[in-house]
Amino acid sequence: MSDAVKEKEPQITILQAINAALADAMEEDEKVVVLGEDVADPEEGGVVGVTKGLSTRFGEKRVRSTPISEQAIIGAAIGASLVGYKPVAEIMLMNFTTVAMDMIVNHAAKLRFMSGGQTNVPIVIRTMTGTGFGSGGQHCDYLEAWFAHTAGMKVVAPSNTADAYGLMRAAIKDPDPVLYIENLPSYWAPGPVPEPGSTVPLGKARITKDGSDISIISYSRTLNEALGAVEAMNSQGVSAEIIDLRTVSPWDKETVIKSVAKTGRCLIVHEAVTQFGVGAEIAATVSKELFGSLKKPVERLGAPYAPVPFSKPLESAFAPDAKRIAEAAISLCK
Amino acid sequence: MTTNYTPDAKTQLDMYRRAALLKANDEKSRKVIKSGRLIMPYYSYRGQEIIPSALCSNLNDDDYLVTIYRGIHDMLAKGMPLKDLWAEIAGRVDGTCKGKGGPMHLTYPKKGIMVTTGIVGSSMPVATGIAWGAQMDGGGRVSVATFGDGASNIGAFHESLNLASIWKLPVIFLCQNNLYAEHTTYEKGTAVDRIADRAAAYRMPGVRVNGNDPIEMYAAAREAVERARAGEGPTLIEAMTFRFHGHVFGDADAYMDKEQKKAAMENDPVPQLRKRLINDGLATEEQLSHIEKEIEDDIEAAVAFALNSPFPEVSELTTDVYGEGARA
Repeated sequence: MSDAVKEKEPQITILQAINAALADAMEEDEKVVVLGEDVADPEEGGVVGVTKGLSTRFGEKRVRSTPISEQAIIGAAIGASLVGYKPVAEIMLMNFTTVAMDMIVNHAAKLRFMSGGQTNVPIVIRTMTGTGFGSGGQHCDYLEAWFAHTAGMKVVAPSNTADAYGLMRAAIKDPDPVLYIENLPSYWAPGPVPEPGSTVPLGKARITKDGSDISIISYSRTLNEALGAVEAMNSQGVSAEIIDLRTVSPWDKETVIKSVAKTGRCLIVHEAVTQFGVGAEIAATVSKELFGSLKKPVERLGAPYAPVPFSKPLESAFAPDAKRIAEAAISLCK
Repeated sequence: MTTNYTPDAKTQLDMYRRAALLKANDEKSRKVIKSGRLIMPYYSYRGQEIIPSALCSNLNDDDYLVTIYRGIHDMLAKGMPLKDLWAEIAGRVDGTCKGKGGPMHLTYPKKGIMVTTGIVGSSMPVATGIAWGAQMDGGGRVSVATFGDGASNIGAFHESLNLASIWKLPVIFLCQNNLYAEHTTYEKGTAVDRIADRAAAYRMPGVRVNGNDPIEMYAAAREAVERARAGEGPTLIEAMTFRFHGHVFGDADAYMDKEQKKAAMENDPVPQLRKRLINDGLATEEQLSHIEKEIEDDIEAAVAFALNSPFPEVSELTTDVYGEGARA
């Protein structure tokens, strides 16, 4: 497709795609309700406006701003879900999930199992995170590994408008608790308008770009950084296959293994700290499944073992970017 | 306490039936554990029987209950069938949770028993959420969180009361103040003399009652239930009681005041209710003995059923983690 044609396509941002998914879900199912700090329109529909317009359209009974009480927010979502509602709870920033961990980990994730399947918790927990705005150590961590490590939780992290919409629709319909991770600097990234009513199945990765020399596995913002590394990789003769995991847990082993079986090399990229991260799980699985046929050891590229720093040069050095992804991939292909 | 809500003879007998069941069930549980026939963590509620008996005489099957690890009395009072209960605490497949929850995580939605939590303080946020659902449904159903005095010092207590109050939710926060937070005395761990006073901070009614007095406890529960059903919002009830045994079965309870414990056991609330029913002419000795015999037989049958029930297949280990059709 030529650039001229692309420009004519209607575009929306990821933020608008999430908003549209929530609105369409609420329109379709009156049991879908939204709660969280500042989510209603008198509070400006969220701190960055993801839920803007929803309370005006659907009423403040279905779109409720809450006090700054994360345990009560998740508790309210869990309780309402136990009696037939499909709450979408916003925890403003991913670091704030830490003050609601008991509700998420001990309750939302486990009630289905502990009740022997008598109850389930169909909630979505929306949360945003990501470096880039100088927020320092307590406002932009990627903590997805904690939740992926908790049996019963599902974790998704879209990187584009279609997935932002489709994963939200699927997450709301899903019978289990889903943590939906939004990347703050990507909110305003434009992309094609998603098909209304479309869903992206949980647990299915997408091959964003075909390639033959190396498989790069990523999700959320760093997936787009990997796409940004394509030109540099091409210039060194490296053909990368780029896979957007989309769902961090349960992850799409089949697609990943198939790709690495073809390329023989694997680089996993995420913004979270490398040590004990999601990349470790994928690396272990790939190494076991493809032992003997790998051309190089599986490589991981994430953040160093440090809290997120404030100072700009430190923050820029913290999270993987296109340049470092290209360097790592090219080095693996040497 | 208001006297508008004095229970009639039938209700008092109903309360006794529940309380006698709870007392007998606790005694049997401790006996069975002691004999080695069952191995489980057990948190005796002996001494606290009147509270849920009076509460549940005011609730319908479709009202909701969220209780805690020391909560088998709450569940039985709400209508959990004995066989399902015993099979569950024995870890058997016929248990209400197929043996996967155990004594700290019993669930029985058919009678509104939605969650049993093993985390101190966590009954309140979930019960508040259920009340939000009940409010949106508009069917007049009530949600109850029970918890101990120790749980009123956890952040979730304060978050829940605040949210329930500003949203006017049909929820009752029922604190069973048994004077011990695990091993620590009430005075040593709690800054206020009365937990009920904390309700003022959240602009809701807070009452302290003698939870061992069925008339007083019934009236307090009744008033709170009616408030909730009428859409007037939450209530905090602090029901004073005493835990006859240690925190968990097998602990030496050396931290408990021996004199205090002796006095409380001499004032055992269940036999006291029994005596009062006979003295007031509301029931005869024969009637109550008959009820007790029935209870004893039911418990015996439940224990036998549980111990004869098979254990779950090992394949159950990975089912119910996600819903049907979901990939793991």
